[in-house]
Parts: sequence; structure tokens; C-alpha cells
Amino acid sequence: MTATTEVMTAPVLEVAGVTKRFPGTLALDDVSFALTPGEVHALVGENGAGKSTLIKVLTGVYQPDEGEVRHLGEPVTFKRPIDAQRAGISTIYQEVNLVPLMSIAGNVFLGREPRTRTGLVDWSKMYADARELLKAYGIDDDVKRPLHTLGVGAQQMVALARAVSTEAKVVIMDEPTSSLEPREVETLFEVLNRLHAEGIAIVYVSHRMDELYRVCDSVTVLRDGRVVHSGPLKPLPRIELVSLMLGREIRQIREEGVTAFGEDHDVEREPLLKAEGLSGLRKLHDVSVSIRPGEVVGLAGLLGSGRSETARAIVGAFPLDGGSVLLAGKPLKKGRIARAMRAGIALLAEDRKTDGIIPNLSVRENIVLAALPTLSPFGLVSKAKQDKIVKIFTERLRIKAASPEQKVSELSGGNQQKVLLARWLATGPKVLLLDEPTRGIDVGAKAEVQALIDELAREGLGVLLISSELEELIDGSDRVVVLRDGSVAGELTGDRITEENVLTAIAAEGDNDVHRHS
Amino acid sequence: MTQAAERNAAFAGVLQRQGAAVVLVLGIAAAWFAFPHFGTADNLRNLVLQGSFLAVIALGMTFVIISGGIDLSVGSNYALGGVLAAYGAQYGLVVAILLPLAVCSLIGFVNGVLIARTGMAPFIVTLASLLFARGLLLALTSEGATTYKVDPGSAFLWLGQGTIFGIGVPVYLTLLLFALGGLLLRRTRFGQSVFAIGGAEQSALLMGLPVARTKIGLYTLSGALAGVAGILTAAYLQSGVTVIGVGTELDAISVVVIGGTLLTGGAGTIIGTLVGVLLRTLIQNVINQIGTLDSNYQTVVSGAFLLVVVVIQRLLARSRTR
Amino acid sequence: MSTATLERAKVTAWLQNYGVYLAVVVLLVFNVVFTENFLSAANFRTQLVQAAPVCIVALGMALVIGTEGIDLSVGSVMSISAALIPLYLGAGPLTAIVVAVIAGIVSGLFSGYLVAYLGIQPIIATLALLVGGRGLALVIAHGQLVQLHNRDFLALGTDDVLGVPIMVIVAGVLAVLAGLVVQRTTFGRHLVAIGGNRAASTLAGLPVKRVLISVYVISGALAAIAGVLATSRLAASDPSDVGLLMELSAITAVVVGGTPLTGGRVRVLGTVFGALLMQLVQATLIKHNLPDSTAQMVQAAIIVVAVYVARERSSK
Repeated sequence: MTATTEVMTAPVLEVAGVTKRFPGTLALDDVSFALTPGEVHALVGENGAGKSTLIKVLTGVYQPDEGEVRHLGEPVTFKRPIDAQRAGISTIYQEVNLVPLMSIAGNVFLGREPRTRTGLVDWSKMYADARELLKAYGIDDDVKRPLHTLGVGAQQMVALARAVSTEAKVVIMDEPTSSLEPREVETLFEVLNRLHAEGIAIVYVSHRMDELYRVCDSVTVLRDGRVVHSGPLKPLPRIELVSLMLGREIRQIREEGVTAFGEDHDVEREPLLKAEGLSGLRKLHDVSVSIRPGEVVGLAGLLGSGRSETARAIVGAFPLDGGSVLLAGKPLKKGRIARAMRAGIALLAEDRKTDGIIPNLSVRENIVLAALPTLSPFGLVSKAKQDKIVKIFTERLRIKAASPEQKVSELSGGNQQKVLLARWLATGPKVLLLDEPTRGIDVGAKAEVQALIDELAREGLGVLLISSELEELIDGSDRVVVLRDGSVAGELTGDRITEENVLTAIAAEGDNDVHRHS
Repeated sequence: MTQAAERNAAFAGVLQRQGAAVVLVLGIAAAWFAFPHFGTADNLRNLVLQGSFLAVIALGMTFVIISGGIDLSVGSNYALGGVLAAYGAQYGLVVAILLPLAVCSLIGFVNGVLIARTGMAPFIVTLASLLFARGLLLALTSEGATTYKVDPGSAFLWLGQGTIFGIGVPVYLTLLLFALGGLLLRRTRFGQSVFAIGGAEQSALLMGLPVARTKIGLYTLSGALAGVAGILTAAYLQSGVTVIGVGTELDAISVVVIGGTLLTGGAGTIIGTLVGVLLRTLIQNVINQIGTLDSNYQTVVSGAFLLVVVVIQRLLARSRTR
Repeated sequence: MSTATLERAKVTAWLQNYGVYLAVVVLLVFNVVFTENFLSAANFRTQLVQAAPVCIVALGMALVIGTEGIDLSVGSVMSISAALIPLYLGAGPLTAIVVAVIAGIVSGLFSGYLVAYLGIQPIIATLALLVGGRGLALVIAHGQLVQLHNRDFLALGTDDVLGVPIMVIVAGVLAVLAGLVVQRTTFGRHLVAIGGNRAASTLAGLPVKRVLISVYVISGALAAIAGVLATSRLAASDPSDVGLLMELSAITAVVVGGTPLTGGRVRVLGTVFGALLMQLVQATLIKHNLPDSTAQMVQAAIIVVAVYVARERSSK
């Protein structure tokens, strides 16, 4: 499995035959994975493949139902995150898991604060040490200020600094560059080289091919909870890696492309929705987007570039200082979500757990939620009307649930996402704003959702597609608008929509410094 | 953010945090000039003495609230502590102090264990403790009929009635406890954990902080401090009055919130609570000075004051995010 | 999951849904067997009449808790309505009642506005009313207890219709209405959704602020009605005592009845039985000469058990 040189070195961390189940899903199925000191090991897989779960098993957040975790050859049980940390395993998560209200220095040293001889926290030393430490990560802010005063990228660098400073032997990085600007990415790679030289093992989770091929020695591919490949990365052609991730033949991918999106759509001339000059809360600066019937407009950018805020602003869920939204030529009054809904705009929010599903209510109740007023004559609920709608959409979207009365929290991520889509389609929208519609769902559901988006566009809906997965964005969009730091950085159409062009637009040199902080 | 907006936000932040202190200073100044009797040494001494009992309870509550929780049992725990102290006084000073401390801390400990280990909401767990402690108190005092009196010659009384340089002993003890509390909150790892748990509990867990242990410690501390307040009150009143403490937890929450600590957790100061207590005592004192006012107005004013403070804090917080 | 875990999960789920009913039945049986004169019409009447005010307040509390809120002001609202009654009784009992209910509605508008539009935590918003409300009532009543003699008004608390005390009928009707509102109206479903996930409900275009303010208004109105009934039964307006600690009793009834404090679910029947259970517990202890202290400790234990059982289910 590994190159000859690595067989000689004992693994510092491994899982053997690990299985993990949740209600409704088999997250990990007999997964085995080994990490040797000094190795930079890529962990790849589509959303829902089991990467996050595997990481949580490695770091003591979850305990495996079957199989074992081994540290330095010995079986261990990490019952809580602190156990894993004590064993020298440090983690950086995709969402910055620090304390926003606490000072930057406080966050870096939380749990390990330097103390004076009397046992009290030594604040001056802590501030000095933090300042020193963070310089190497490109952060020269006042470390006494609360963490939330930094931009998302800078916060992630603080998390990285913290993880590395704990004298870890293993550092796990989950999508570390998703919120980093190009300069910060370079800093990250410098840190990685340092760690590598010191013999520290790294698990690098990402779907950005360029990065993986640049820094990683080996790769393990997960698909639907199982390991489908494990070995050195450099000799593996990219297209083969993608084919392993998706479970499709190379030939198929060459012919059909990576996603389930089809041909370009017929797009009308006149815009259905025109958002102009959207500005607000230091997050958006004069953003303008237009969507035509039958068109899929992709919104590209880094985390924190203002994509979600733009979508929310259009529907009235984000406070605006300036700007206007016109639907079919008529201006939409700001800040009234219900009004936007009635006019025919629907927003599928980014985080389905916090902003989407009502967990304890049934599939049926979740689907009819937005459309409820129209389904209830005189304010009284009509089950018959609801049943009809639920049936239509459950069939069309192929929602897999034991019955419409099942609690929506028991469904898999993919089915939950479909329930939310059904909720919005039930309102009969003319414009659909989709924020990360295929995030965290399995490959099969993902393809279904992509195909559905295509279908809806063909039926004449206008779609705004926000996605962090470039292939999805590129394949699915007729036009791509690129955002950087809350402003429009560029627009691409037709043949010019390529990964390279999008990344170039995102990364344009020069004025990065000014906008680094929020 | 524009320069002007930054300055406004900073100003609002300062106002939100120090506002109570400003109001306190202004209030004292106003009362000094408006009421001749207010500024007398006698009155001021009395004012700080009256406030010290609630202050001790509110100190514990501050920690709990910063961690994102709440402790509704402190009122009953406090009364229970007083009864136990008065009862124990007949067996000497040591018993009078240790008995209530042990029992009240134990109640706090049980609160903490239930909250930390079973994931039950602090509101409900401490609500149940409130009932339990009150029930226990009734059981120990023949359904509230018995009021244990402390022997007039007992050394125990000095804790509540004694004076140093004319100022009551409870005041010194309160200040000492607040100083220690401030150290605990701002200069120990425990304190940092409290802020982390209140600010982002999930992150605190992932960072490997001893969340359960910290929570148990917090509620035990809250119980212990309620016990201390009970001890001081029993010494001051020279007996274990059974009807006190009803609603005291709500008073404690009020003064903590007025002092600028966020009810949602993650931010707060010890000194803010002290300011909150002083403000409340000031209001009560002023109403007494007015003399002719219906004593019921006291609660109305307290309620209105709490409301005004909270609304202003909220409006200030909102303006800062713009 | 192993079969043992699945079994335990099933039992826990059953307990959470039906536990309170089982407890009431068990207690009834216990009393029938061990308490003298329990099985008499007079006794049942007394129990139901005594449970009625708590039940009514608890219904309003359940709706508020369903939105993940809390209303600590209910006891003070009862006190205010008691204080207002003697002042308007001269114009007829109907006027007095209407005035009292309006006071409750105004109080609810106030709390609801603070919670819904200013975003102040419910516990603090209603705490202010709890602290100041009773004082306000006492100021209105000049601290006096007033004996009432209006025969029509007193009839509310003492008379029957078809053999059932009016107080019990009122409580029953309100309970049925509450149940219908929660299950069958858009408002009720919105309420439950908002309590389940406020952010998602806002994005789904639900009138969140309107619903929130409404539940506090309903809670205030119901507390006022309970205050009217309690005053009628007492045949006196006693603002210093009526509704004292009622918020605790109401919250207990709601929690024991299976409505989670985290919102998202309202169990109206459970709340009614929760009120009945707490009343029965009190009555059982009294009839067996067990002291108040025991009653309180038993109440505490019941709350902990009820919430523990409820929590187990939603921890996944």
C-alpha cells in the first residue's frame, strides 16, 4: 500500500476496520487508514463520503461502533477531544472553532495559558508570546482585541497557529484554504513544509486538486463511507483520482464531464431579476447581479467574499444600506422576506441545519412550511391540500423517507436537502437562489440535485448558484459572477468559464491588503 | 468601516460596559444633593451593608451567567444557609460556618453534576433545586415555624454585626470575596474556561477544555456563595429567618445584567455586578429617603429600572453591529 | 444500535409521550385505595376547581415555551387583574372582567414587544414585569385586601352549569381551544416551527415577530382570566397574595406535561394533565398529613424526572 521507504517507519496514527453508524446513514464502513511520521496524507472524497466523520473518530469526537484506533501501534480509545489532543493530535476545522468574543491571544493559548510562579495567568507573557507566534502566520494585529474583529481567513490562521503550537505530532487540516486568500495560502504551505521537516504527520482534507498535488505525498480516497483507494499521490493521474472519488469510469468523465449538468440552456434576453448596487454592513460593496429566465448564474468567490450575503440581500434577509432589487421590472421592497417570496423569489440557505430544517417536525410539515398560508383557507390547516403537495414533490425529487410523517432530522443529509428544495419549489418561484445546494450530501443525491437544477432552468426558472466546488459551478453555470471581498471582481460567460479564469479573477493581485479585515 | 462609524461603535461599546458605573456616580451625586440625610456616614454605612448580602450571591451568579447558564436556586439556598448557620451557632463558630457551607455547596454541586453530565437545562435543574432547598428548609424548621435564634453572646454574631472602622464586617468580606472572584475570573485558567464555555461551548469542547468539570465547579461555587450570604445574614439578623430569599435569585440576575454581563454568556465583569448591586441599593435607599412614597413603589422602580437598563444595552449593542 | 439500546429508546419515547398520563392514573388509583373520602363528587369538584387557575395559566405558558420563550410575569398579571376588579365592579361584573383582561393583554403586548422587536431575552423582559408588576398592583389597590360582594361576579367562582363548576368549564374550553389552535391553525403551526428553528422560519417567510408578540399577549390574557377566577373564588381582591409563585407552578405543569423548554413542540393535553398531576400531588400529601416541605421536595423530584426523560429523547 505505501512506498517501500514508508513501510520501515511505524505508523503514528491509524484506524483499522472502523465502522460508524448514525440514524439513517452508514457514515464509515470498514475503513482502514494509516499515517506515518512526516507524511502529508491527502484525504479526499465527495461531500458525504465520510471524511468529516473519519476525522471526528481520529480526534475523539466520535467513538467507532466497530474497529479500533491505534496510536503508535497501540490500540487507544479517545473518549473526548482532550484525549486525542494529549496524544498529540491537533485539528483545524473548516469552520473556525474558536471563541469569537475572546481575545486573539486568549484563543491561541486557551487551556494552556502561561502562568506566573504564583499560578496566576501571566497576561503580559501571553500577549507577547501570541504576538511572536502569529507573526510567522502573517498576523500583526493587536492580540488583545476579540477574535471576531479579524476576517475569516485571519481567524483560520489563528486556529492554525494554535494547532501547531501545541507540540502536536499529528495535525489534521479540514479544508484549510477555503477561507484563505492566496498570500495566506502560501503562508500555510510554508508552515506545512516546516512541519514536514520536523517529522510531524499531516492529514490534509481538500478537494482542490492543485493544492493536493503540490503538497501531499499520499492519498486515501473515500466514497460512500468506504476506502476505495490508498497510495502515493504523485504517480496518480488527476482524472483517475476524480474518477475514484465519483465512482464513474474515466471514459464517462471525459465524455460527460464531472457533474450531472447538461448542455447550455436557452436564455431569454430580458433579465428577470436585477439586483443593483447592493451595499451593507461592511460585507457588500455595490454588488450588482442579474438573472434571466432559463439562466443559471454562478456566484464564485472565497469564503467571506459576500456570496451568501448577496443571496440573502436579494430576498430581504440581509440588512442593506443601499441598493435595489427589481423583479420583472418592478422594484421589491427591501427587508421583507415574505414579500420576496410572494413575488416569486426563493432562497435555499447555506446551512440546512441552522437555517433550513425544523428538526422535530415531520417531512410534510417542513415541505409545506413556506407555502402554508396558501394551503390553509381561513387560517385553518388543510391536510388534504398538504398531502397533495407533499406527494408531488416527494415523487419528483425522489425523497427517501419512511413516511411523510417521519421526523425530518432522521433523514440523510441528501434527503434533507431535497425536502428543503421541495419547500421552495412548493411556493412556485420564478427565481431560485441556491446557496451550496450539494454541500454535505452523498454522490447519488448530488447528481440528482444537479440534474434537477438543469431541469428547472430548462423550464424557465432563473437560478443563482453558489458553490465552493469549482467543477459544479463551472459546469452548471451559463454565466459566472466572481466576488472578492464583497465586490464584483469580474464576470465570465460561455467558453471563458474555466477553472483557471475563475481562480484568476478571485485571486487578482494588488489590492488584497486593504480588504483583509472585516 | 468609516472612521466616524468606528468611533461611534467604540463609544457605544464603552457606554454599554461602563454605563452602569456612570449612572451610579451620577445617581450618588444627585442623591447627595437632593437628600440631606443621604450623605451622612450613618446612611452610607448602612447602604453598603444592606447591599453586601445580595452582592455575595450575585458574585456567584456572575460566574454562572458568564458561562451561559443560570442558577435559580440561590434564593432558597441562601435562606437554607441562614437557617443552618443559626442552628449551628449553638455548637460554636466552626459549625455555624461549616454546616451551611457544606450543605449549600452540596446543593450547588448536585446542580452542576446534573447540568454537566445529563445535559438538562440549567433553568430547569436549578428550578427544581429551588423547590427542593425550600422544602428542606421547611422540613428543618417545622414547616417554617421555628426560627433558630443565635445566642446574643456568641462570637458568630461578629460576622454580621461587627464593625471595623465603623463599617460592617460583611462589607469587608464582600470586598474580599469580590477581589478573589476577580482574580479567579481574570487570572486563572478556570476563568478563561468559563468565558470560553459561555462564548462558544462547542468550540470549548473541541479544544479539549474540561467543560463538565468547570461547570460543576461553577454551580458549586454559586451554592457556596449563597451559603456565605446566608451565614452573614444569620449573624446580622441574629436568627435564621425562614421567609427570606424568595425571589432573591431574580434580584441577583437583575444586578448582574445591569452590571453589563451578557445573559447569553461569554462576556462580563465582576466589578459590573458590584456596580449593579450598588445601583439597586441606591434606589432602595433613595425611596426610603423620600419617605412618603408607598413602599410598593420600590419594586415598581426596581422593575422599571431593570427594563430601562436592558433596553438601552440592547439598543447600544444593535448600533454597534451596523 | 444494539437491541438493548433500541428497547430502552422505545420505552423512553413512550414515557415521554404518555408518562404524565400514567402518573395521574397511578396517583388517582393510589388515592382511591388509600385516601378516605377520595372517591366523592365533592372531592373531585374541589380538586378540579383548585387545579383550574394553574391549568389556565399553564396553557398560555405552554404556548410561550413552545416558541422557546418564557413568561415569568403571569403571577404579577394575576395580581394586577385582582387589583383592578374592585375598581370596576361597580359598573358591572362584565366591565370589570373586560378591564382585567385588557390589562393582561397590555402586559403581554409590552413583554412581547420587548422580546419580538427589541430582541431582549424573554426571561429578562418578563422578569422586569414580575418584579414591578405586583408592586404596581399593590399601588393600585393601596395595599388593601378588598372583600367583594357582587353576587354575579362571585357566581363565577362558586356556581355550576350542568353540575360542573364554571371555573372548570372555562379551563376546559380554553384547553380545547388551545389544542385546536396549536394543531389546526396556521398560527399554531407557525408557533411550533418558530420554536423549532427560528432562523429557518424567518427565512421561510413566517411572520415571526407577529407570532411572538401574540403568544405573550395570549399568555397575559389567560393569566388575567385566571386572576379573575381566583379572585371570584376567594370572594376578595388580594393583590399581595393572588398568583404568588404561579409562574413556578405553571412552568412545572408545562414541563412535567412533556413540552420541552427548548420549544418546537406544544403538548396541550400534557400540560392539562401536568397541572392535574401537581394538584393531585399536593392534595395527596395534604390528605396524608405530609408537610409542605415534603410537597416541595416531591415537586422538585417530579420536575427532574420529567425533564430527564424528555431530554433523553432529543439528545440525538
